[in-house]
Amino acid sequence: MAEIVGAYFTSHVPSIGGAIHRGLKQDPYWKPFFDGFPPVHEWLAKVKPDVAVVFSNDHGLNFFLDKMPTFAVGAASEYANADEGWGLPLYKGFTGHPELSWHIIEGLVEDEFDPVTCQSMLVDHALSIPFELAYPDVEEWPVRLVPIGINTVQHPLPSAKRCLALGRSVHKALASWKGDERIVVIGTGGLSHQLDGERAGFMNADYDRFCLDNLAGDPDALTKDSIREIVRLAGTQGVEVLNWIAARGALGPRAREIHRNYHQPISNTAAATVLYEPA
Amino acid sequence: MPSDLEPIPGTTLFDGEAARKGYALNALCFSFNEKANRDAFLADEAAYLARFNLTPEQHEAVAQRDVLGMIAAGGNIYYLAKLAGICSLNVQDVGSMQTGVSVDKFKAMLLAQGRGETYEAAHKEMLNG
Repeated sequence: MAEIVGAYFTSHVPSIGGAIHRGLKQDPYWKPFFDGFPPVHEWLAKVKPDVAVVFSNDHGLNFFLDKMPTFAVGAASEYANADEGWGLPLYKGFTGHPELSWHIIEGLVEDEFDPVTCQSMLVDHALSIPFELAYPDVEEWPVRLVPIGINTVQHPLPSAKRCLALGRSVHKALASWKGDERIVVIGTGGLSHQLDGERAGFMNADYDRFCLDNLAGDPDALTKDSIREIVRLAGTQGVEVLNWIAARGALGPRAREIHRNYHQPISNTAAATVLYEPA
Repeated sequence: MPSDLEPIPGTTLFDGEAARKGYALNALCFSFNEKANRDAFLADEAAYLARFNLTPEQHEAVAQRDVLGMIAAGGNIYYLAKLAGICSLNVQDVGSMQTGVSVDKFKAMLLAQGRGETYEAAHKEMLNG
């Protein structure tokens, strides 16, 4: 039987990749964020996942506005990163797990979700940076990937309630998978931040704390707010918390927080790093 | 929920209306994923822009590097960031352009929130300081 070893959540601010690239982890600006990672490294070395199911959002690398899926499940055998147009380093690619991808797709559709299936999919910094942070010194990623994309770009976005339900359906599929994999669930992005408009630079530590205090024990509490209200509370890009909510659903019914680091600002963003184990 | 209907100050939701209006502008920015297109833009901006069916409003906003104008014309920040990258602007530069203060003041506003100030307090100081 496959085992879900836990969940890892972190922000994916592009400049984190730049800081890693330029060796700035101990720089005073960056240190409070990077100091959140030794516990992640120790935990991953202990639980040794070999598959990662990752909820993230594309930022205009794989999807454009010509076709914008609300939910997209990768079902490829390989996933490459590519030039995002703004000078980010090019990141390592991933090996996929198409059998598990299709099992998840089967489960989602049986549960009346309608995901787009992608046998070819580029993955952007939202996916690569959390892995660069988690596995800083590897030549290739020690996990196979199942990426699940959520539209956080073009409104209407799926509700928080719908994202939690999607995650719970993924959990059901993982629980019925007959393989012997060790699966880590990952949610990326957030927390509060806003890049656009006169309110650029908005962060909200109170709302972030509410999310972090409830995500493990009562994730439904995060689904009471409409998307518009989440934008008001978390900022236009803070809606990436939807990735966290879906990933929390995929972890399973009960969770226990084993690590939390919160620091603002990283670039324009309130950054957080969290680990949960099933409880 | 009545508060849900209240506008969010300084915030534009990128919805269907914006996505329709901004399609050409966002297509321009999406094209910058290719280095050859970035080089073509830098070599002859007017000629490159002419390949896209921009509205006069979008064309003017790009020419003036007017970020709020681009957003009003349907630009989405994730795509606009690619244009900003070509112009060697990071998100603090873009924040400064949208709030009308210096980059240093914009960064100070972010750091003030990091010290525990609310956005409202930090923002007020940024505008008055």
